[in-house]
Amino acid sequence: MTKTVTDVVCPFCGTLCDDLEVSVTDDGKQILDVYNACAIGAEKFLHSQAKDRITRPRLQQPDGTWKDISYDEAADYTAKMLAGAKKPLMYGWSSVNCEAQSVGNEIAETCRACVDNTAAVCHGTTLIAVQDIGLPTCTLGEVKNRADTIIFWGCNPCHAHPRHMSRYSIFPRGFFTGKGHKSRKLVVVDPRVTDTAKMADMHLQVTQGQDYELLNAFRVAIRNEWLPDVVAGIPKEKIIEAVTMMKAGRFGIIFFGMGVTQSLGKNHNIDEAIAVTKDLNEYTKFSIMPMRGHYNVTGSGEVLAWQFGYPYSVDLTRGFPRYNPGDTSSIDLLNRGEIDAAFVIGSDPGAHFPISAVKKISQVNSVCVDPHITPTSGVSKLHVPVAFNGVETGGNAYRMDNVPIDCRKVVDAPEGMLTDEQFLVMVRDRVKKLKGVA
Amino acid sequence: METVTITMKNPPALYLEAEHICPDEFAGKTTAQIAELHVYEGNVTSTLGKYFEISGNAGATAEETKIVVKGDVKKVKYIGMKMSAGEIVVEGSTDLYAGAWMSGGRMQVKGDIQAFAATAMKGGELIIEGNAGNYLGAAYRGDWRGMSGGKILVKGNAGSDVGMYMTGGEMVINGDVDVHLATHAEGGKITVKGNAPGKVAGQMVEGEVIIFGTIDVMMPGFKYVDDVDLEIDGTTAKFAHYIGDTGERHKKRKGQMVYGNLYQKI
Repeated sequence: MTKTVTDVVCPFCGTLCDDLEVSVTDDGKQILDVYNACAIGAEKFLHSQAKDRITRPRLQQPDGTWKDISYDEAADYTAKMLAGAKKPLMYGWSSVNCEAQSVGNEIAETCRACVDNTAAVCHGTTLIAVQDIGLPTCTLGEVKNRADTIIFWGCNPCHAHPRHMSRYSIFPRGFFTGKGHKSRKLVVVDPRVTDTAKMADMHLQVTQGQDYELLNAFRVAIRNEWLPDVVAGIPKEKIIEAVTMMKAGRFGIIFFGMGVTQSLGKNHNIDEAIAVTKDLNEYTKFSIMPMRGHYNVTGSGEVLAWQFGYPYSVDLTRGFPRYNPGDTSSIDLLNRGEIDAAFVIGSDPGAHFPISAVKKISQVNSVCVDPHITPTSGVSKLHVPVAFNGVETGGNAYRMDNVPIDCRKVVDAPEGMLTDEQFLVMVRDRVKKLKGVA
Repeated sequence: METVTITMKNPPALYLEAEHICPDEFAGKTTAQIAELHVYEGNVTSTLGKYFEISGNAGATAEETKIVVKGDVKKVKYIGMKMSAGEIVVEGSTDLYAGAWMSGGRMQVKGDIQAFAATAMKGGELIIEGNAGNYLGAAYRGDWRGMSGGKILVKGNAGSDVGMYMTGGEMVINGDVDVHLATHAEGGKITVKGNAPGKVAGQMVEGEVIIFGTIDVMMPGFKYVDDVDLEIDGTTAKFAHYIGDTGERHKKRKGQMVYGNLYQKI
């Protein structure tokens, strides 16, 4: 016999779908199937069931082999490394629940470390722009019930946030959007003809690296000022048509992804996109929202901002929080050789950082806390496998619109395995002893 | 003017934060007292004397104090931070935040400097003989007030985001700049003798940018007005005059809309 766990929250992307159903064996130890999830979300649940999963911490030996050690020994090693370093980096946090992030921040404060989350290579530039000019935003519920003009700029939800369009932005029939996708206009701005772009009423195939110019042209068009004939590969007439469509809607929203946050212009692209949103509010209701990637990267920003005042790239080495991406951000710290220890949790810089930065991780003392074997665990001195958040333990996470949602435990972790939070509490207690803090 | 010479003898393993290398801090102190000033390597606090050899005398006030920095200080941040008077000469290259928040005096760097130099500078003079990094004379994160006064001269090239949120002062760059020159500027004057790849003066409210070389991609918010003759460093040349950013908000003065001015040499 099997039983079904309902209203499960998916711990994969920032959409944080909360309508999953998971069938498990009667003893609650094994997942049999996952319903309502997208292919990526379902796989996240199912691969936690892999038979060859690493269940104990492993220490890399001088000859490159791995030796199994206990969680106590792993916590000792981690605490010694963090307490002994002059400038340790604690990076990741985006696939970890808020409770564990808070414990991690306590360790960082005690050790005077640098704390950073994956926003550093993702939507960090968005956060800089928000600090510069603010953010007129809304919740995904408002999008579902009200939005009739949807703009996807530099993002491809068909593949990166597969259920975003069916749950919130395009297809659902909301309170004021009773005709579903028939009542919505979709504009996609992307240099590539993506699957999302193929669905669009209007696809603006912007020249790569010129989003800033196109956004600027939108603002000029909104003000009816003079425009050059072609901007960023888009004819003037098309820009004016797009702006007219945006002005005519009842409620519009710009969703944007890493196509604009990490291409040339970076934070300025978002700065200008927010300014476009602000300008459009002279004519109609308009909002803007970042398509956050990891399911709890938003939560990490929230917890860091609540505890230290800044959402990412926080430097605590002087005993008080400082923040300046470019100086205190992970890739810069690594590439410049500013840190002497690396602690990575709930993310995989080994796969996403430039190779020069990954090399630096391999050259200093390093610990990787991750349920999987990843390129990061491969270059780290110590790999600590933990239970899957949102599958084998619950905890709080923030959706991309800053709505906190409690995740649900579906099955037990393999026997003897700890959660991120349990392991971090062990490290925190040891660090406090080493530093002589009560 | 009295001179203090500090020479790097024990380079740090990581990076050193040394905001106390500043005439305002050295003034009125003996070499022994200067050696006791704090520096920070990561989370470890130690003294200037541990890393530098200190000789000479400081003046009674910052105005009367000159600091000469010798040796390899490529890994030293914050030199000349918040200086209000006096002089600093760095014989080589230095790292982040050189002359950040400076309000007076003169700082000369004979090599290169890295990012965030002259952040929110209010006054004084900064001369860089080599290249400058990103965010020269820009605002601190989240602030809407960049460089507001003083003069910067870069003899080499400068990076991106130069003069972001600049509200006043003057900057001359003899070489090229990277993207986002004078973004969000609300005043001040920047002269670039070399080229700019693009995104020049985006979201500019007010101020002046003069480019002698090429601009690969012009911002659509800049509208050609006329050709003008400008005299710069004693020579007169013809420049195409653009106004903008027409997508941005602008003030009215005496009934006239005030735009940012962009001049490009023809």
